[in-house]
Amino acid sequence: MQNKTFSLKSITKTKGFSSFTAALLAIALGLIFGFIVMVFALPGNSLAGFGRVLFGGFTRLGDVLYFATPILMTGLSVGFAFKMGLFNIGSSGQYTMGMFFALYVGFMWPMPASIHWLVCVLAGLIGGMIWGFIPGILKALFNVNEVITSIMFNYIGMYLVDMLVQGNSTMYISTKTRTAYLPASAQIPSLGIPYSNANIAIIIAIVIAILLHITLNKTTFGYELKATGFNKFASKYAGMSDKRNTILTMVIAGALSGLGGAFAILAPSTIAGSSMTYEPISVIASAGFNGIAVALLGFANPIGTIFSAIFISHIGRGGTLASLLGYKPEIIDVVIAVIIYFSSFALIMNAAFARFIKQRREKKLDTNQPTDNIKKGKEA
Amino acid sequence: MENYIIEMLHITKEFPGIIANDDITLQLRKGEIHALLGENGAGKSTLMSVLFGLYQAEKGEIKKNGEVVKINNPNDANSLGIGMVHQHFKLVEIFTVLENIILGVEPNKMGFLQKKEARDKVISLSKKYGLQVDPDAYIEKISVGMQQRVEILKMLYRDNDILIFDEPTAVLTPQEIDELMDIMRGFAKEGKSILFITHKLNEIMSVADRCTVLRKGKCIGTVDIKNTTKEELSKMMVGRDISFTVDKKEIATGDVVLSVHNVTVPSKTSKKNAVKNVSFEVKAGEIVCLAGIEGNGQTELVAALTGLDKLSKGEITLAGKDITKASIRNRSKTGMSHIPEDRHKYGLVLDYSLEDNIVLQRYWQTEFQKNGFIKRPAVRSYADKLIEQYDVRSGQGALSTTRSMSGGNQQKAIIARELDKKHELLVAVQPTRGLDVGAIEFIHKQLIGNRDQGKGVLLISLELDEVMNVSDRILVMYEGEIVGELDPKTTTVQELGLYMSGAKRNVGKESGHAE
Repeated sequence: MQNKTFSLKSITKTKGFSSFTAALLAIALGLIFGFIVMVFALPGNSLAGFGRVLFGGFTRLGDVLYFATPILMTGLSVGFAFKMGLFNIGSSGQYTMGMFFALYVGFMWPMPASIHWLVCVLAGLIGGMIWGFIPGILKALFNVNEVITSIMFNYIGMYLVDMLVQGNSTMYISTKTRTAYLPASAQIPSLGIPYSNANIAIIIAIVIAILLHITLNKTTFGYELKATGFNKFASKYAGMSDKRNTILTMVIAGALSGLGGAFAILAPSTIAGSSMTYEPISVIASAGFNGIAVALLGFANPIGTIFSAIFISHIGRGGTLASLLGYKPEIIDVVIAVIIYFSSFALIMNAAFARFIKQRREKKLDTNQPTDNIKKGKEA
Repeated sequence: MENYIIEMLHITKEFPGIIANDDITLQLRKGEIHALLGENGAGKSTLMSVLFGLYQAEKGEIKKNGEVVKINNPNDANSLGIGMVHQHFKLVEIFTVLENIILGVEPNKMGFLQKKEARDKVISLSKKYGLQVDPDAYIEKISVGMQQRVEILKMLYRDNDILIFDEPTAVLTPQEIDELMDIMRGFAKEGKSILFITHKLNEIMSVADRCTVLRKGKCIGTVDIKNTTKEELSKMMVGRDISFTVDKKEIATGDVVLSVHNVTVPSKTSKKNAVKNVSFEVKAGEIVCLAGIEGNGQTELVAALTGLDKLSKGEITLAGKDITKASIRNRSKTGMSHIPEDRHKYGLVLDYSLEDNIVLQRYWQTEFQKNGFIKRPAVRSYADKLIEQYDVRSGQGALSTTRSMSGGNQQKAIIARELDKKHELLVAVQPTRGLDVGAIEFIHKQLIGNRDQGKGVLLISLELDEVMNVSDRILVMYEGEIVGELDPKTTTVQELGLYMSGAKRNVGKESGHAE
């Protein structure tokens, strides 16, 4: 018995635990506000609709995993850069570039089925890398704010890709204003969940998250990266190469977003002979911005990001189902935005919650062993 | 019964996990200078924050002229006539002196500022008390000493008659300190009452009437300065005897470790050079002290030496190798250890654990990493060893977050890291800044021990006691130049002060003119 309480205590003491509970609290708050919006929009169906938002995702597990994959990657990208104190708002551009590179290899480089999709994924990684490298090197060498360059690179990337896609007759079907269907060899193997696009990319993404976690916590590179994020002056003082680490971090962040783009476009279709398509309609990919919310909710922690990506995807799928009850898609978007928005308060909640827990604990400690404390004071 | 202007009776203030003030009683007479002495973390600042209304005490009461008063915020304190000069000045840098003084109590007619009225009052106050300021100068452009005068004028402008000075001398030159002491005496003569927070015993002995000593949140006692000695005060403060004289072996110098030749460093804030054509040497087994008033190029010189900044001219040689253009990591490998001036900004990653900070300069060595993976057990045992050896105290040992540690222990951690690292030269920049006597004694011993092991030590210090007691040779910097080379055995503090203020020089004058 005593043993059990002890282990529970040691769990509740960890930083991760308090972040986790804070995230749950914030999500609960977000859901309440989401529900309020639904009540205002369509009171009659609000309970049923909210039920779908909450639980609908469970009936579409495959879709949840499929939609979680790209935002998990962009979330990891934003979170990873954030650990070094960089705000990678250019995730969308990197995502789009990754998508284009993957598409290009998918269409233009015919290869055997066993490796084609893998090469496409790697191409996506390289595309994202390039789009992360440029803001990184500008930041490192000329101290250009990465937020500004990466926002501009969102637009540059999007228009460039749209232009390149529209100019390529193999890739683009102008009558349908979308890309042609990718060959089956370029599509990522499915997980085999019926009626869903879920594929092994989610497993790859989770493995990548775990690798990132190890990199951040066990390697000298992670040590330098976090040190720079916490205190760039001290890291300079200790002889760490700020320039090299900035470039490397942005390249890795870009690669992660690029993979997200590749994973999204290379997902297998449920209808034989078709595939995911890209529409060059001058819109910046939302996956990058969703990645910011995912990273925030996951405390920029790679493992936390896995859960937050799945959660946000889950709410999104539930929302789609709720629209069957007469909710307009726009309202559903608002509800989801409200939930994400309030959930992102997790960062603030975490600080408050941690303080609260700490105070409680210390008060308990004080009352538990007052004599001990006084003795110590006197001795000293 | 005696009349006290302010009485703080049985004040108890708790923070989670710590009792910062435990049943402290402090009674301030009218017209006296009352010193509040204690080590860092003894509870001085907390007690003053209670008086100033920044914190509320859990127990105890505050009386003014025998009547209980409630001070909920600094405005309450202000209306009771209590004013405070904070250790870190609370001034708006981009405002003028006058604007800062009237900030919060701006005289106005229908919302329009009446600066004329304010200016007259400020000028008359500054004349009356000999507090020279230029009302129209911008804070960012004036010296630290003048900034402090602005803070004092702020209190006077608000007609405060209970003045709290929180470590006011930390940033001043010896001459400025003397001036401040005179000003304080003048206030006391006028009937104003002064609470003077410090841990410098000399100042207390010279200016205070009485002294209350705090240790670890408890009140140790209040003594009349007439009937006490420095030694007694320090014993009350620390709880044990402290030696003020630093024991040193005879100097035994070896080869030149550091040679600085004609180094010029551009200034960050102006077009002038911060360091002008400076040359000197440090030999193995000696402590060379760079003395000078803050802002005379020491910081820039150190930045150039340690690689934090670039120099525009000159050569630096460390242990026979030219390191003028070497990276920070390479300087470190060649044998430079560096205790930085700002331990929070440069010295530590405050959000890292103690063990991670202890390997901050060495994590890349094969002892602590293999194929890019940090060897946690090796880091832990090394950290534990240094924590033990240097008596670094913290809540959770090697795993404590350094942010949670006291300033003295943070500094000990840095010193442990820099001294245990293989090195030929130790650059120590104000290593005892803001620390209490116990920690200062410890650090001085470490510096001298390092010298006795045959390392070269370059000490940059603003504390005259430190300059005089610890160093083997003093170089004085003034306006970016080395203006004097002195032997601490034969010189006096007064003479040193003259060099520091530029009134005297014995080095480089001719060559300076020739160029």
